[in-house]
Amino acid sequence: MLDNTADAQKTPLVKVDNLKMYFPIYKGVFRRQVGEVKAVDDISFEIFEGETLGLVGESGCGKSSAGRAVLRLYDITDGSIVVNGHDISTSHGDNLRKLRPEMQMIFQDPQASLNPRMSVAAIIAEPLDEHQSLTKKARMERVFELMDAVGLSRDFAKRFPHEFSGGQRQRIGIARALALNPKFIVCDEPIAALDVSIQAQVVNLLEDLQDKLGLTYLFISHDLSMVRHLATRVAVMYLGKIVELAPRDLLYSDPQHPYTQALLSAVPEADPTVESSRTRIILEGDVPSPTNPPSGCNFSTRCPKVMDICKIDTPEFKQLKDGRHVACHLMK
Amino acid sequence: MLNYTIRRLLFTIPTLLFISFIIFLLLDLAPNDPTGNLPMTITPDVREKIRESLGLGQPIHIRYFKWCVQFFVNEPLNIVEQYFDITIGQGDRLRVSSWSTRSPVGDLIAERMPQTLWVVGMSYVIGILIAVPIGVYSAYRQYSWFDQTGTFVSMVGFSVPTFFTGVLMIVIFSVYLGWFPSKYDTLHVVTDWESFVFQVRQSIMPVSVLALFNASTISRFMRASMLDNLNQDYVRTARAKGMTERIVVLVHVLRNSLIPVVTVIALGIPQVFGGAIITEQVFSINGLGALLIQGIQGADIPLVQTLTFIFAVLIVFFNLIADILYGILDPRIRYD
Repeated sequence: MLDNTADAQKTPLVKVDNLKMYFPIYKGVFRRQVGEVKAVDDISFEIFEGETLGLVGESGCGKSSAGRAVLRLYDITDGSIVVNGHDISTSHGDNLRKLRPEMQMIFQDPQASLNPRMSVAAIIAEPLDEHQSLTKKARMERVFELMDAVGLSRDFAKRFPHEFSGGQRQRIGIARALALNPKFIVCDEPIAALDVSIQAQVVNLLEDLQDKLGLTYLFISHDLSMVRHLATRVAVMYLGKIVELAPRDLLYSDPQHPYTQALLSAVPEADPTVESSRTRIILEGDVPSPTNPPSGCNFSTRCPKVMDICKIDTPEFKQLKDGRHVACHLMK
Repeated sequence: MLNYTIRRLLFTIPTLLFISFIIFLLLDLAPNDPTGNLPMTITPDVREKIRESLGLGQPIHIRYFKWCVQFFVNEPLNIVEQYFDITIGQGDRLRVSSWSTRSPVGDLIAERMPQTLWVVGMSYVIGILIAVPIGVYSAYRQYSWFDQTGTFVSMVGFSVPTFFTGVLMIVIFSVYLGWFPSKYDTLHVVTDWESFVFQVRQSIMPVSVLALFNASTISRFMRASMLDNLNQDYVRTARAKGMTERIVVLVHVLRNSLIPVVTVIALGIPQVFGGAIITEQVFSINGLGALLIQGIQGADIPLVQTLTFIFAVLIVFFNLIADILYGILDPRIRYD
């Protein structure tokens, strides 16, 4: 585990500052813009080389939007994103395309994210054609190499995605992402669509690949125990904002933000005696709409420790003495 | 796939026999008289004799059976004989003959087919060539001015009937501007450049009227299918791979979107052979559609029966083609 002094010395591979991703809402006869969904609202974080940053939060909190925005699969509203020394926040078209080999994504739905009319070999080889000039033989060799790396039999190269099981499809997705030797991979809930036995296999594969290839992950998940297993540091999102960002052990043993506390209290324990004495923090009400977030702290409508100031001022995302970042008025 | 095709082909035999029988029954029930167009001076008993000589005195099952023999045995044998220039058996067998012209229906169809294929077929091809790019671009720039205009034009295209657009074009381009001839000259033969130019000029109006109609329908299908695919996850994957926008749209999205459109196009082909009955009337093109109308008016039952049945065969056949194409284009679909 990296401690804070080591963090400070290392240079971040990915640096995200004040990232905002708002989606416009059009309505009416003339499709006028009537508002926007603030899917990602001013988040900042860094990811250091070789580490895994876990990004957790409930459904609809903007995790996936954040992941896609970081890779510039969306045109971001505001903020800056630096990946491996390149500022990609304003890149467009060909400039952005040339940078794609460095950063890749593993998608949530392994069925829908693979083109149904392309064979496995074609799916994996396509980015090689686009970004490298290999001979036909060398390209096939690379495809086989990647299939070996993710544990797919070479006999499957000519098959189509629908002929595989969910776990195998996700392996195709991973092989595809690895094809161009990326440094940084965003894993957007890569295991959410898989059953539990397969989840473990895929997570182990991701860990092995990280060790072997020195990959850096942004691991988006709502599975808190899986993130605990994988991540170096963990960021917790609520309604488009990061509420807490801390090294893994610190976050799981001593969460500071009331939302993190509530979230972690929901994780069931394997031991029945511990489980029966576990106290859960039950949050009241629903998540407010991201089109119209509450004034002040986004969590103020449901926070069990809410104060008057929370409804007026947006808490600053500040660093505490132990190195973690928390956005809460309770932190002094 | 081969087994599937063979099985489907075998199933078409009873289907088509049933269809031919239904057509025969319907035509027999129709209150028309093949002698109706003859001069009034002919007395009723002579008319009755004429009807009997046409075979109308026999019971319906006998007449149906005779048509079947003529259509399914004699006509194919005749085609083989003509094609290879040989004689099978006696060589002189009864063909399906038109009551009003006395000439074999097969010859009439062969005579009319080229006009219909040239005008209607061309309009179909042009319609597709226009519709696909328009559909693709409309979907890619959804709600842009291009898309809005396209939507408007295609709404007009398939809601305004061809007998209106056809006449409107004749009024504007033939009567006022005098650019194109209002009548299509079927007897025109292309021999040199000048006659070719004339052929093109006289085809422009009928072809564009039908092409507008075809393009409207197909471009809507194309647009809807593109929109379905543009938001799919695999498109995002292709972008994440760093593929150029051209490849993303034209290879990934278009190839997947064409699957349903190709089947729609295949299902529309029988209409080409059927001829655009109304458009052919408007521009007086001597095609299959005009032949059918003429047959219906003169109560020429063998002609109408044969033409209608050929359309039925084409529809069944192109349905099969569409299904097979679907299986070839979409690897997720496997028959048998």
